[in-house]
Amino acid sequence: MAKVTAKEVLTSPVVENNPIALQILGICSALAVTSSMNVALVMSLAVIAVTAFSNLFISAIRQHIPSNIRIIVQMTIIASLVIVVDQVLKAFAYELSKQLSVFVGLIITNCIVMGRAEAFAMKNPPGISFMDGIGNGLGYGAVLMFVGFVRELFGSGSLFGVEIFSLVNNGGWYVANGMMLLPPSAFFVIGLMIWGLRTWKKNQVEAADFTIAPNTK
Amino acid sequence: MSANNDTISKTLIVTISLCVVCAVLVSAAAVGLKPLQEANKRLDKMTNVLAAANISTEGQDIEALFDSSVVARVLDLEQNTWADNIDPANYDETKAVKDPAQAVQLSSDQDQAGIRQHARYKTLYMVKNGDAVETLILPIHGKGLWSTLYGFMALEGDFNTIVGLGFYAHAETPGLGGEVDNPRWKALWPGKKVFTGDDSSNAAIGLIKGKVDPANKSAAHQIDGLAGATLTSNGVTNLVQFWLSENGYAPFLAKLRAGEV
Repeated sequence: MAKVTAKEVLTSPVVENNPIALQILGICSALAVTSSMNVALVMSLAVIAVTAFSNLFISAIRQHIPSNIRIIVQMTIIASLVIVVDQVLKAFAYELSKQLSVFVGLIITNCIVMGRAEAFAMKNPPGISFMDGIGNGLGYGAVLMFVGFVRELFGSGSLFGVEIFSLVNNGGWYVANGMMLLPPSAFFVIGLMIWGLRTWKKNQVEAADFTIAPNTK
Repeated sequence: MSANNDTISKTLIVTISLCVVCAVLVSAAAVGLKPLQEANKRLDKMTNVLAAANISTEGQDIEALFDSSVVARVLDLEQNTWADNIDPANYDETKAVKDPAQAVQLSSDQDQAGIRQHARYKTLYMVKNGDAVETLILPIHGKGLWSTLYGFMALEGDFNTIVGLGFYAHAETPGLGGEVDNPRWKALWPGKKVFTGDDSSNAAIGLIKGKVDPANKSAAHQIDGLAGATLTSNGVTNLVQFWLSENGYAPFLAKLRAGEV
């Protein structure tokens, strides 16, 4: 494996190798928690913390993990971290933890966390793995914040709960787009975002799996 | 990776030590943060009592505001009288439900709210103006789609007009049933009447499908249903009707109205 620098692993997942946009991982939670930016921010921080520390711990004991139970070992570490994060949120950010409800628990099944543990932390020393975790968490967070921005702005006319467009219900001019608050809209936003990203960074375009046959006459 | 990691003894050692470390970590977090979480829950409950009674909490110390404006008193649902021998500050309803002596079992035809049993003693909250009850805040709960919804319903001094309603704990689908928390939906409740004029024993209030037509003569007892959440809407209707029926608070409310308690 080529030598990787801390800066690289930290920044490349944000745009070049984004876990959501390029690897298409962690979509489900990106749909669920992006209807407002507050929630998206807390979810991002939670995922950054879990990915970073699970990478750190898994990497630290990687020489000792028996390879035939490695997935279970990874899951145990990740699950423990998620419970800790959940408890901390309940203690210090009760309102937000109520909004995030089950989704904090579902970080356990977030493919990004496991994917990074298996692909990076199992092969690299703890320091750089920790950075890789933060980087991928940031990449996930960046997409969440972007989707949250679009959805909250057009769905509720506000950002971080602060009104930007005055809503018709409050005597303003903006008719809120209710669909933006429903999960399917995140599909559209993420889809358009991936399209935009791949138009900008041509090298992210995947080779076609098969060629489309010309129309038969 | 060294090859000898896959021996049985190494596998066992790694698994067991990992489990011990993780268990200690998780329990330490759970136990260590418990007092803070409990405090948050209590504060949240107070906030919800105040919100149901339409008391603005903005920029105020919630605990102080709660203590100054709200009186808690325990009600005996069997006798339909105040049970002043029980101190509301120390009464724990979640524990009481598990004690057969303090729980009321519901038969399946009584159990409209899907809760099987409820505590005999309930803590009620009141906002008083002198001796008169200005707002009465009733704890209510019942089954929605996925979860039991816990909340408060506040009634005016006529014990018929709703001041507000809110749920403080539930796990309904976010965006659908979870919209019971939507302030715009909650704003539909104030001013609605629980009972029809001639019958004050059974609640007429309930959610309907779609929007309420103001021209309808029972519009005063109807609330817009939650779009895309029929089962949660049904659950809310059932639990509200249960708690305001003969098996719930209705007999006590009748006594209050007659001035007997």
